[in-house]
Amino acid sequence: MLKKQGMYLPEFEHDNCGAGFICSLKGIKSNDIIHKALEILEKLEHRGAVSADGRTGDGAGILIDIPHDFFVTNCKFKLPEAGNYAVSNVFLPKKINQQVYSIGILEKHIKEQGLKVIGWRDVPLDESVLGEIAAKTQPAVKQIFVGKEDDAQDEFQFNLKIFIARKKAEHEIYSSKLSESSYFYLPSLSTKILIYKGLLVPEDIKLFYKDLNDPLFVTRLALVHQRFSTNTFPTWDLAQPFRYMCHNGEINTLRGNVARMFSRQELMESKWFGSEIKNILPIVLPGKSDSASMDMVVELLIMTGRSLPEVMMMLVPEAWEKNPDMSEAKKAFYEFNSCLMEPWDGPASIPFTDGTYIGAVLDRNGLRPSRYTVTKDGYVIMSSETGVIEIEPKNIEHHGRLEPGKMFLVNMNEGRIVNDEEIKENIASKHPYKKWLDDNLVHLRNIPYNDCPVFFNEENLTKRQVIFGYTEEDINTIILPMAKSAYEPIGSMGTDTPIAVLSEKPQLIYNYFKQLFAQVTNPPLDGIREELITDISLTLGGDTNIFDVNEKHARKLKIKNPVISKQDLDKIKSFTKNGFKATSISILYDVKRGHNGLEEALENVLDAVSKAIDEGTNIVILSDRDVNKDKAPIPALLACSFVNSALRTLGKRSKVSLIVESAEPREVHHFALLFGYGASAINPYMVNEIIEDKINEFDATIDAEKAVENYNKAVGKGILKVMNKIGISTLNSYRGSQLFECIGINTNVVNKYFPNTATRIQGIGLHEIEKEINKRYSNAFKEREIAADLDLEVGGQYRWRRNGEAHMFNPLTIAKLQESVRDNKPSSYKEYSDLVNNQAKQLMTIRGLFEFTNYDPISIDEVEPWTNIVKRFKTGAMSYGSISKEAHENLAIAMNRIGGKSNSGEGGEDEERFYKDANGDWKNSAIKQVASGRFGVTSNYLTNASEIQIKMAQGAKPGEGGQLPGPKVDPSIAKTRNSTPYVGLISPPPHHDIYSIEDLSQLIYDLKSANRDARINVKLVSEVGVGTVAAGVAKAKADVVLISGHDGGTGASPLTSLKHAGLPWELGLAEAQQTLVMNNLRNRIVVECDGQLKTGRDVAIACLLGAEEFGFATAPLVASGCIMMRVCHLNTCPVGIATQNPDLRKKFKGQPEHVVNFMYFVAQELREIMAQLGFRTVNEMVGQVQKLNRNKTINHYKALGIDLSPILYQIPVKKGTVLHNTEQQDHQLEKALDFKIINQAHPAIFRKEKIVLDSKINNMDRAFGAILSNEISKIYGAQGLPENTLKVNFTGSAGQSFGAFSTNGLTLVVSGNTNDYLGKGLSGAKLIVKVPEEATIVPEDNVIIGNVALYGATSGEIYINGKAGERFCVRNSGAKAVVEGIGDHGCEYMTGGIAVILGEVGRNFGAGMSGGVAYIYDCKTTFKKQCNLEGLNLDPVTEPADISILKGLIENHYNYTLSPQAQRILEKWETELPKFIKVLPEEYRQALIRLEKENLITL
Amino acid sequence: MGKITGFLEYEREVEQYDAVDNRLKNYKEFTIPMDEKALKNQGARCMDCGIPFCHSGCPLGNLIPDFNDNVYKGKWKEAAKILHSTNNFPEFTGRLCPAPCEEACVLGINEDPVTIENIEKNIAETAFKEGWITANPPQTRTGKSVAVIGSGPSGLAAAQQLNRAGHLVTVFERDAKVGGLLRYGIPDFKMEKHVIDRRIAVLEEEGIIFKTNTHIGVDVDASALKEEFDAIVLCGGATVRRGMPVKGADLKGVHQAMDFLKQNNKRVDGITEFDEVLTAKDKNVIVIGGGDTGSDCIGTSNRHGAKSVVNFEILAKPTTGRPAEQPWPYWPMRLRTSSSHKEGVERFFSISTKEFLGDKNGHLTGLVTTEVEWVFKPGQRPELKEIPNTEKTWDCELALLALGFTGAEKTIAEQLGIDMDFRTNIQASTKDYATNVPGVFAAGDMRRGQSLIVWAISEGRQAAHHVDTYLMGYSDLPLKDDNDLPRV
Repeated sequence: MLKKQGMYLPEFEHDNCGAGFICSLKGIKSNDIIHKALEILEKLEHRGAVSADGRTGDGAGILIDIPHDFFVTNCKFKLPEAGNYAVSNVFLPKKINQQVYSIGILEKHIKEQGLKVIGWRDVPLDESVLGEIAAKTQPAVKQIFVGKEDDAQDEFQFNLKIFIARKKAEHEIYSSKLSESSYFYLPSLSTKILIYKGLLVPEDIKLFYKDLNDPLFVTRLALVHQRFSTNTFPTWDLAQPFRYMCHNGEINTLRGNVARMFSRQELMESKWFGSEIKNILPIVLPGKSDSASMDMVVELLIMTGRSLPEVMMMLVPEAWEKNPDMSEAKKAFYEFNSCLMEPWDGPASIPFTDGTYIGAVLDRNGLRPSRYTVTKDGYVIMSSETGVIEIEPKNIEHHGRLEPGKMFLVNMNEGRIVNDEEIKENIASKHPYKKWLDDNLVHLRNIPYNDCPVFFNEENLTKRQVIFGYTEEDINTIILPMAKSAYEPIGSMGTDTPIAVLSEKPQLIYNYFKQLFAQVTNPPLDGIREELITDISLTLGGDTNIFDVNEKHARKLKIKNPVISKQDLDKIKSFTKNGFKATSISILYDVKRGHNGLEEALENVLDAVSKAIDEGTNIVILSDRDVNKDKAPIPALLACSFVNSALRTLGKRSKVSLIVESAEPREVHHFALLFGYGASAINPYMVNEIIEDKINEFDATIDAEKAVENYNKAVGKGILKVMNKIGISTLNSYRGSQLFECIGINTNVVNKYFPNTATRIQGIGLHEIEKEINKRYSNAFKEREIAADLDLEVGGQYRWRRNGEAHMFNPLTIAKLQESVRDNKPSSYKEYSDLVNNQAKQLMTIRGLFEFTNYDPISIDEVEPWTNIVKRFKTGAMSYGSISKEAHENLAIAMNRIGGKSNSGEGGEDEERFYKDANGDWKNSAIKQVASGRFGVTSNYLTNASEIQIKMAQGAKPGEGGQLPGPKVDPSIAKTRNSTPYVGLISPPPHHDIYSIEDLSQLIYDLKSANRDARINVKLVSEVGVGTVAAGVAKAKADVVLISGHDGGTGASPLTSLKHAGLPWELGLAEAQQTLVMNNLRNRIVVECDGQLKTGRDVAIACLLGAEEFGFATAPLVASGCIMMRVCHLNTCPVGIATQNPDLRKKFKGQPEHVVNFMYFVAQELREIMAQLGFRTVNEMVGQVQKLNRNKTINHYKALGIDLSPILYQIPVKKGTVLHNTEQQDHQLEKALDFKIINQAHPAIFRKEKIVLDSKINNMDRAFGAILSNEISKIYGAQGLPENTLKVNFTGSAGQSFGAFSTNGLTLVVSGNTNDYLGKGLSGAKLIVKVPEEATIVPEDNVIIGNVALYGATSGEIYINGKAGERFCVRNSGAKAVVEGIGDHGCEYMTGGIAVILGEVGRNFGAGMSGGVAYIYDCKTTFKKQCNLEGLNLDPVTEPADISILKGLIENHYNYTLSPQAQRILEKWETELPKFIKVLPEEYRQALIRLEKENLITL
Repeated sequence: MGKITGFLEYEREVEQYDAVDNRLKNYKEFTIPMDEKALKNQGARCMDCGIPFCHSGCPLGNLIPDFNDNVYKGKWKEAAKILHSTNNFPEFTGRLCPAPCEEACVLGINEDPVTIENIEKNIAETAFKEGWITANPPQTRTGKSVAVIGSGPSGLAAAQQLNRAGHLVTVFERDAKVGGLLRYGIPDFKMEKHVIDRRIAVLEEEGIIFKTNTHIGVDVDASALKEEFDAIVLCGGATVRRGMPVKGADLKGVHQAMDFLKQNNKRVDGITEFDEVLTAKDKNVIVIGGGDTGSDCIGTSNRHGAKSVVNFEILAKPTTGRPAEQPWPYWPMRLRTSSSHKEGVERFFSISTKEFLGDKNGHLTGLVTTEVEWVFKPGQRPELKEIPNTEKTWDCELALLALGFTGAEKTIAEQLGIDMDFRTNIQASTKDYATNVPGVFAAGDMRRGQSLIVWAISEGRQAAHHVDTYLMGYSDLPLKDDNDLPRV
């Protein structure tokens, strides 16, 4: 593994994968299964990745039964009966002496457990197949055979001993100082299964491990996996499968899980292990991948006597919390287990096996695809995609898919598939979980409030507000609005205040932390529309031994929303039943003693907590009540995190829960941090008091109690959003997960008080932290009170205020910039750029801390002309809709004039703009954005791009979606977005076709197919680990990667996100550049940077840090007249930019010249710097960090501690290595099936003659139709071809994205089945998927298409003769679909079109559905409870117009697919029609009424 | 904050004036107060800007959006509190300030700006009316004493701030009453003098000592104050008037505007005895100088019952809109028409007086002018050129010179050994307002040259902070940041 260097931290590597298994239900062993399984991997190869050496895969492997006969034949020693010995491959050091040493240790521990080493076998390898990188790290591989103590030893005991022996050997060897100790690894050591894996591409596994080809090498089952890691430093041991499982996806909660696993060790006791238990710790070895870590926990839990399926239920529970249909017993099982284990959450499909059971579970969200097929000859094949093994249609017994939270299980001994219900009910009935809960679990809401208030004698409210740094803005902008509306307030435009460490104002410690968020490697979630999957309840109290299964675990206090009121806290303080004991510990320090006082007080707090625990306390309340002139508060976060982590070191963490009673927290971010660092409940008492004091002034209609409740609710929702950003669904697993990056606090403080948090540029220490507290303190206890001064400071974080927090855009800079561009006045630009650049005076940004150095001046005439440079400039992605037509077109015209690029934003674009104006101006945006809403993303839209940008995240609100409220969607916006006027539009937090890196790779492939001439750009936001993601993006074949700063703008975002998510681009860009160079990937990809770039100096620094293209958004808007009103979300922009109000739009006075002038000025300033530094071209300048230095004149007390050297770190490279883009990605589109079809379809494409073609298709033929449609769009524009001009009949299993962006005139038929993303972005074509005639399956019971069909479809039709997976018709805005059953979240975010569902419907149907119509054939009358009823009308189908549409579509369905279901319905139409339910969103209904009225008026 | 769509719903509306005929009959203020509803609507027009440029346009850094919002919500007391946190005397600025804040108002980009000044005045008046303006003497005294010389707006502001910090402040005023230009320069029809008196009463109650009829430098040697006080703040104004060195300037009937206005203000105050009575009654009056003082002379002359009133301005007639080179949000030089102008005057621009004509008794009978033009050359100061053959003779019995001021008087500076700058202002920088003599500070027009009241108050406040720092080693007094909009 690569070591930490520069900005790169190895722990932020990610991986994603293809996985699958195959097994014989009849127990037939064969060698063929191995080859079939490996074929699965080969067919999934597009889901994996290859390193820069072109050969090294990220790791792949296979798990099989132990081939006893093979070993009997091939071992030179005698083996016991099958099952009476364990065998494993052993990865060993390459050096013989170290090998011998390691073998010795392993054998020693085996023998110590009383077991026998039967023998060792050399594994025959063909090392010639290894890639360069793999060969460098290849271990020696031998097989060890271990025998039982004696034949009588039972299997569990034998496994236990093996486990202990292996663990102890691992610990001893890893802690030794062997230079090759890390080579040592046992992929398994089991009596049942054996694993062959390595750093290999799938087709090389069987070449490398020659054993696999031996006919005696047979198995009943095979589990296979291949890895796609985001960078190229995977290691042999991290190849999968692991001992019990493999994993496709990502465990987001890993850090919290591991930390809490570590705490659980404190209490572990087991009669089976006895004193050996200490020797196997830690359970989770540090530095391993999420999957490896989870596997180690699975292994341990199996050693507690739980079965593998039970363990999987514990770790990956389905979403039980809000499921009314679940049986009580099962719910109780889950609730009970939630008291002892938090969910391992994240997108995950986890195939697992112990040799007896083989199966898989899917995460509660169902975010990974898992399809299975059962054949009539007794095989079960499960994998990420269908079609990976060719099966005769008539041999198919059943096509299914894994459902969210559900388990798919095969009992190999019984030779049958055990259904989810059966296995789970079985497990849930093993113990009286319900009774245990009823007898033990206390709900906070059930504790009576018998007047047990606690009183405090405190300083007056105002004084305390000053102590805790409250501003008028905090109260009026944050607290009171939340107390009124129960929602977090919204703001707009980017943040341009300094990061905490550079701010002149004393900052709360929270502001030094930034929320991490999901991008690419896992999806953010939507806790609003998918609420039923989420949960923020927590249980408080001490834990007990995880080896025991008894009612003690349930002795917990359950809190529904752990943001609690004072009354709630009072209840907890006085509650003493059931063994609860709460103790308050004061977190104040002696302010006169300053830094020492603070440090000492923290130790004292820890001592007090520790002592309280010894005295039986199981709830500790950390309280900063009772501050006074002498006693200042320790920052609650500091105290909480310190106690949380130090107790772990003391081995007492699991005995206690922490409650924070503090005046500090007021913003969602504060609460998120406290939970993230270990708190289980928080009472923000100061906020409560402020609300009580002020709410009636603010809104007389709300009483204080309700207002506090509202506020707490708003925080709860806010936290959910913060969790969702990183893809976590439950607070139970978010708690303690530390999903933050610290910026501006030094390593000493972080290591001691916030261990395992990334902090990369150092910063302040405890001394400065104390100084900031002290500053607030002395404000509160001024010696002289000055009359007329306001009690609280104004604030100015969210809106510029005089004497408030500094902003880069302020009256002076805006005035100067606007003056300069309007009058083309270089002198004013100079004043502007001096103001912005003069950072020595006013610390604002990290780049402000730099100075240029190593001058090597040349004449400015030698520097490439400004006209060249501006071609690298882009304007930001702002949609038409978020900004006005005038402002949007103004930017486009300006950028086209100078050869730069404007960006459509995620709102589509009117086709008229694709053609030049008569005067030569061109309103076409060169960059077309594809964001999660997919508004207006059609074949023609993509065809007219020169760059296509996939927005993974947005600086202002990474990990979140967006919303354009209905009133803003006027008819012209609706037209460009292919939606219905006046219907609100939601952009989901994730791209529903990107839940992982391999999905991104697929989308890149889709888009590249849709326009081969366009560059594909992936937009990321700076955060720790973004470099690794960027490397993954480069490997996924993006042409450009954009690193955005946290400070980018937005049309609307919760204030918390604006401020506290994402990092400055300086960090992200440096990390990306360094990681790409390290991986030898830099030359393959263009690196772009944006985020409050304002001047030529900014551009120069970005360039030196590694960027070669540059984006500007706020500045060109300011040049066009924007004055940073920050009301974009209110539609009231007074200068006509961010508004659709026609009167306000008239006020837009921007000219293309203004934007051109700005770009010219910036380029000129850049040229001046280039001349000074000696660069003739930008290419020469990219990545030359030696030209930057820290400005030594800056000596502000907070900035002094900052260490910029990681940013300025230069990756050692071979001489002549280029640091900028020189090569094009090889997308390998030439292999696409489209070209074969195009070759045969010329008469159709060029002469519109109708033709019909036939073709085979398999899962490796991906995105069929995209290239074909691109060719059609090039000729005919959006209109495409006349209906049914080209019909293609396919047989087989179509790959992902079949029919993507397919346009008018195409009819694509698949006899067989298809994978995920069917009809993505459908642009008019007709798609038909039907069961082959020779198949005997019942279509409506079989899953024949994958997840996320018709995502962002705008028009066209689709008929599916079978069931679909999750999220059918997500964000459909115009296509008509008929299907015979769907999974969860159907028609989510749909805004138009028609969905007819002739069968079962999963949960949460119609969430966020604002438009379109669905007709559900509800023959079992179960639909209503599956439906997310918010805003939907459910009616019978009675209107003749409806009936005719519905019947017409079903008739089509029958005609195209011969669906028996359709036939039955049509035959009995009169009796079946009443069973249909029409789902009509209320918003859509209103819009239709309004449109009708408007039409009448215009008629 | 504010009403989100307020600016789309309500038009700008300011106080109406009493009819000209009525208001010319006396020297009372003649604005017609607006009702609360109308004021709230005006407050609602404030747009809760992300960047309230008005903040930077206001030399005091008034928290304009904040008090507008409170007015919109009817929270007058809160508004008064916010307003007073940055402005000691909003009742003065609310009447007299030319409102650079409104020129910088974001709504002013393409609409009529928010009526910030009128809202300010109404907040202040409401506060007085409701009895919210009460003395708030410091809790503790520092034992230090400060002399403030001059009781104009900067002196009063400095005095109040320093008193709030606990210092014992004595204000010296050479005239009989406190207020400086506020009292003797501003006609009552713009601000009635009880407005000053009620504020002074509060200041006195807070513990500030006023010594009137004490002309430092004349009655008392300034250096004596150095012995008596721990610090001195010079706020004596820029009182040296610009003269007009042309033939006939010594004729009877040619007067400095300030003499004319001061006498009238005293007369309104009830003083009747004057060495020489200056009146415009039945005279052809020509006011030379197109500024605010000129405008005050026009209003006063009309109230006297002048036969005719004519106004000259040597500069070219400005545009009514913003000149291109002074874009929003900067302070523009544009044609401003005051209420006095509307009471009857003929205004002439690009005109220069060549000579005053008199009769044999030495009484002014007329004057001769010529038209002029300004020649602009890049990098040079604009040059004034007479246009040949444009001479014109005017009948005139009273000529009032409102030509501005050239700097501070030298007496005190000389007595204390203080440096003056090339414009004959007291030399002290805005960094600390300190002169070259330790313990002596300067603020207001005396330091910066003639300027606006709002600047005077601002300087007094800023200087007080630095005086406090000088005395105590630190200061709790507020300081505004340096985000003032520059002049272009």
